[in-house]
Amino acid sequence: MNRQPLRFVLDGRVVTADDVVPTTTLLQYLRDTLGRIGTKEGCAEGDCGACTIVEGELCGDRIEYRAVNSCIRFLPTFDGKEIVTVESLKAPTGELHPVQQAMVDCHASQCGFCTPGFVMSLLALYLKPKNSLKPKDGAPDRNDIIDALSGNLCRCTGYRPIIDAAVRMAELPEPLVGSNGDAQSEKRRALLATIARTDSLVIDASGTGSTDKAATPAYIAPRTLDELAAHYQQHPASLLLAGATDIGLWVTKQMRDLPPLIYIGSVAELDYVKESADLLEIGASVKLGKAYEAICAHYPTLQELATRFASTPIRNSGTFCGNIANGSPIGDSMPFLLALGASVVLRCGDHTRELPLEQFYLGYQKKALQTSEFVAAVRVPLPQSVNTPDARKIRSIVTSYKISKRFDQDISAVCGGYALKISDGQIVAVRIAYGGMAAIPQRALKTEAALIGQPWSAATFKLAQQAIALDYQPIGDMRASASYRLQVAANLLMRLYLEKSQEGDPEMGAESASSLAMRIPAISATLLGLPS
Amino acid sequence: MNSADTAINRSVTANDSDSSGGSNIIGKGVRHESAHLHVSGGALYADDIALPANTLHAALGISSVAHGKMRSIDLYPVRTAPGVVAVITAVDVPGANNYGAILDDDPIFSDALVQYVGQPLFAVAADTCDEARRAARLARIDYETLPPILDIRAAIAAQSFVIPTQYLSRGDASAMLPQAPQRLQGSISMGGQDQFYLEGHISVALPQEDGAVLIYCSTQHPTEVQHKVSHALGLPAHKVIVQCRRMGGGFGGKESQPALFACVAAILATKTGRPVKMRVDRDADMVITGKRHDFIADYDVGFDERGRIKALTLMMASRCGYSADLSGPVNDRALMHIDNAYFLEHVSVVSHRCKTHTVSNTAFRGFGGPQGMVVIEQIIDDIARTLKLDPLDVRRANFYGIEERNVTHYQQPVEDNVIGLIVDQLEISSDYRARRQRNSAFNLQSPVIKRGIALTPVKFGISFNATLYNQAGALVNVYTDGSVLINHGGTEMGQGLFTKVAQVVAAELGVPLCSVRSSATDISKVPNTSATAASSGSDLNGKAAQAAAQTIRQRLIDFACEKYALHADAVKFADGRVTLGSIETDFATLVLDAYAARISLSATGYYRTPKIHYDRATLTGRPFFYFAYGAAVVEAAIDTLTGESRLLRVDILHDAGTSLNPAIDIGQIEGGFLQGAGWLTSEELWWNDRGELKTHAPSTYKIPTARDWPVQANVNLLQNSPNAEDTIYRSKAVGEPPLMLGIAALHAIRDAVASCGKAGAVTPLNAPATAEAVLRALTQMQTGKLQKSTMRSSVEGGGATP
Repeated sequence: MNRQPLRFVLDGRVVTADDVVPTTTLLQYLRDTLGRIGTKEGCAEGDCGACTIVEGELCGDRIEYRAVNSCIRFLPTFDGKEIVTVESLKAPTGELHPVQQAMVDCHASQCGFCTPGFVMSLLALYLKPKNSLKPKDGAPDRNDIIDALSGNLCRCTGYRPIIDAAVRMAELPEPLVGSNGDAQSEKRRALLATIARTDSLVIDASGTGSTDKAATPAYIAPRTLDELAAHYQQHPASLLLAGATDIGLWVTKQMRDLPPLIYIGSVAELDYVKESADLLEIGASVKLGKAYEAICAHYPTLQELATRFASTPIRNSGTFCGNIANGSPIGDSMPFLLALGASVVLRCGDHTRELPLEQFYLGYQKKALQTSEFVAAVRVPLPQSVNTPDARKIRSIVTSYKISKRFDQDISAVCGGYALKISDGQIVAVRIAYGGMAAIPQRALKTEAALIGQPWSAATFKLAQQAIALDYQPIGDMRASASYRLQVAANLLMRLYLEKSQEGDPEMGAESASSLAMRIPAISATLLGLPS
Repeated sequence: MNSADTAINRSVTANDSDSSGGSNIIGKGVRHESAHLHVSGGALYADDIALPANTLHAALGISSVAHGKMRSIDLYPVRTAPGVVAVITAVDVPGANNYGAILDDDPIFSDALVQYVGQPLFAVAADTCDEARRAARLARIDYETLPPILDIRAAIAAQSFVIPTQYLSRGDASAMLPQAPQRLQGSISMGGQDQFYLEGHISVALPQEDGAVLIYCSTQHPTEVQHKVSHALGLPAHKVIVQCRRMGGGFGGKESQPALFACVAAILATKTGRPVKMRVDRDADMVITGKRHDFIADYDVGFDERGRIKALTLMMASRCGYSADLSGPVNDRALMHIDNAYFLEHVSVVSHRCKTHTVSNTAFRGFGGPQGMVVIEQIIDDIARTLKLDPLDVRRANFYGIEERNVTHYQQPVEDNVIGLIVDQLEISSDYRARRQRNSAFNLQSPVIKRGIALTPVKFGISFNATLYNQAGALVNVYTDGSVLINHGGTEMGQGLFTKVAQVVAAELGVPLCSVRSSATDISKVPNTSATAASSGSDLNGKAAQAAAQTIRQRLIDFACEKYALHADAVKFADGRVTLGSIETDFATLVLDAYAARISLSATGYYRTPKIHYDRATLTGRPFFYFAYGAAVVEAAIDTLTGESRLLRVDILHDAGTSLNPAIDIGQIEGGFLQGAGWLTSEELWWNDRGELKTHAPSTYKIPTARDWPVQANVNLLQNSPNAEDTIYRSKAVGEPPLMLGIAALHAIRDAVASCGKAGAVTPLNAPATAEAVLRALTQMQTGKLQKSTMRSSVEGGGATP
């Protein structure tokens, strides 16, 4: 058999990795096999960022660069990609890259162990197309910077000098290696094109060339949806792998021997966001970052949740559908999706069906999936345009609130999703769901019943708060006690009422608009009404 | 004023010119000596050192019960697992099965009694790290479980202590308490804290000839590693060499703890005759190794109408875990910092060191000092709330005086008091009073978001309490090309010690900083080192290196005077040049001439801290050479529906004496502040009722991220304030003191919570002030459930209580 081997680009050269166990992480391969020890292991679970590297992917005529955690992603998922590590920035003249020089100038390293990861996260920011930044004209602002650094922990500096370095790097002269021009050079794109795959990557159990055709390969990356569905049907004991932001930990933390893996990230047909008049359909291999970008374009109130969903590097690897298919009771996407009435598109062999998301979760880690069936896409209802005289009076509210110990990159203690329609001061439609309150992400049916048909008023919400305890019997754990979960889930209803009331829509009823903050937002000082 | 965005507000003008030399290098904000290596991946940590191909990898097998006896341990599945080369238990330790820092109560491997979940029972060496870790999970262990004691109150009730209770008093508190105009009782609790160094514990042991062993270890205390390994192997100390070029963070967590991993690696290396790398996974690191002690305190305080404390009785108790480790000195330091910056005329403190069936707690930046200071700051705050006074006024009313009220409760005079100066300056520069008023107005009209502001002071004693550790050695080698290599007993963990010492040597020899290179801490070069701890690194090693450099400099002067018939005054060193009367030459030329004339170009230096003495039995004397001071103003906002909080602005004024390197000192201050703020807000250690730590990785244990650095920050060094004592260039230690600036974050949140309660009510909020803790406090205040009589039960809300 003459299959194409696993290949990636590193420092302008193609690296061929044969004889690799498919669950080898990129970090292990970099450090143990290639001897590139600049990239560090801090936690081996994608939470500290010491292992951050930059992944380059040829997308049309551009290479898209993004920071990812190398400690939990398996090497084969980098097939066909460019990998940039902290060592890659070395200029022939020995000069430091502006990202590195800015870090030095600003005294942004102390012990230095987290530093390569910070350099890589800042490099991804440095290589971002300028028009993707806010403000659109170029230099990253504080929010761009904080978002870019959300996956990197530093225990020494307090971050101030690192934030300064992110500002300073844009002021330094362009480098020879690692400039925007160099990163997008014809040569780089051409080299990446040479390793573009024409067949499916297959790795047998031992990592050496496949010999037994009947055996299930340890790893396969189908290139078409049909191939994926057929292979899963033939090998139903296989495990579907997407961003590995959870499955990676099964290996690095739980030391599990994984079943044969089917990687969905090479199926081009699954990497799509399709928009129709009333629906957004997100394919199974769409990364979290892209999915939330599409969702927030229609639901800007979900932007804070999107920002707080894990970290930038995790959102660059993990997939939106993976979060849903994983079905954790504390996954952050499900509450608002349940509130919106989203559905999942399930595929099994040649058969496709659609299932409302709330029917998908049967119990703790139990999903309504048949053997060899998988989540192919999620359908998110879009806000309905209001163009009839009657409908003009209807106000739609969609939002999500997340409670955790830390603002960035934390797992929810409680996460609420809310979708309401108000007409003439009455609540005419309501769907509410919470994560962290039950064994599955679950709707608050009794709370909804307390709200539907009622006037939009504090009294209504006060009454509805009492229903939360009828809807849920949460557990207490290291993230929060059961009583706090109940109390805060109820209080979030009041936040919803207060926050939406003060937005001053006359349809909402009597409450008048005010500029007072009703919660602590991502950017605190100005929105909290601090005197300037 | 002073509200510029942090990105453009730089308190320090960086001067990164490596070529600046001479004495003007002192006080310059030169970059960290390894900065260019950090940013390019070229800085080598223990995990990065190239090793022989036959190196084995080790993993620990640990206990799964908090308290019990092992009935049987079946290691057959471990021994027969793929790749396994050796498995060792307590019986395989050739020498002493102990790595305890002070007492012999920390077995490397427990042989029968298990005293915490995560206690090491055996170790595996295998061909790969993965094989070793997988094999270590395969042991079949049968336990007879015993009831565990998990928290402080339970330990006190059971009189379960790792070392005897300690008492410290001055005056007659119990007699004076009833005479005080007002009196208040309350309870305080605070959680522990994981060091969360980004580089986990690691030791590599390489067998050497004749039974010796070389160890690369990430450690703040190479000499203790040497001692524990030599005892474990039954070897003389000179056969155990320990090296450490740098750590990826230490924070106290690599003071006594690295010896465990070094011993395991060394025993396995000796047994197999092969190099062994013992690198623990993050989760194992957090489960196995000690953390900051969590504390509780019950107080009874008498005070006057201004809030000045007349008398205080205090019961403090800490969770030490299953063994003593460094708990004695940690609790002693807590006792000696219950004054913080305040004069306590009549005070009586009882300090319990509780034994629990949890991990043995250890050093963490501040070493008990922060816990003592959290206690007194909360007492002051409770007094202020009771009297309806601005807490800052009550703080001021209690500050140490200059001429009077200036002796600590452990009988050390406070001779260098600058706290009044600092607080006066900071109060104005931070606009504290006006902002406090604005907050009151804001809170009246803001129904959900409430703001709070607090100014808290820091006074921190500098020196090891144990006098013997206040000594250091250094070795300076000058090579014939004029380049200089320095070595000293201190270790580099990011704090910039190597940079500062290099600045000292460059200044003394009048050479450019780039001529001076620091080499790995190596006990074969400089022996009998003290831990790099207690903020003492630059004070001790800077002075020792200065002495060594001065010795060489004097030899060069003597040589030049003889050769050129000059008076010593005519020889001057600056910028890599030497002035010899009317002649000027290169430093390298003079050095080469001196070598040819057979002048030694290598010298050791030694330093011991003067003036200090300390009676361990009575806890009195002058344990500290001097004090470091600082103060912080923090403004915070809370969400009263959820308890979430954010820090909005911080203003800091900190005393680093005459700073050796303002850029490095500012870095220590900012990092220390946020680490302290993290301890008291988002960092919550949580054990379940089986004694299992469930927050053992960054996914569950939340240290601050970049967003948690306040949007507005003004961080400054106190100017024109040389150390009153003769320290290295009159600088002050800056490692630990800034951590306690973070207490202002807790009190800003408490101030916001207080705004929701009745005037005159104390704030029932303990640390860490997680969203849950804040909401609980708010609920208690609003329902009025919590009054003085029930204060004591509030400790149940303490974050770290299982």
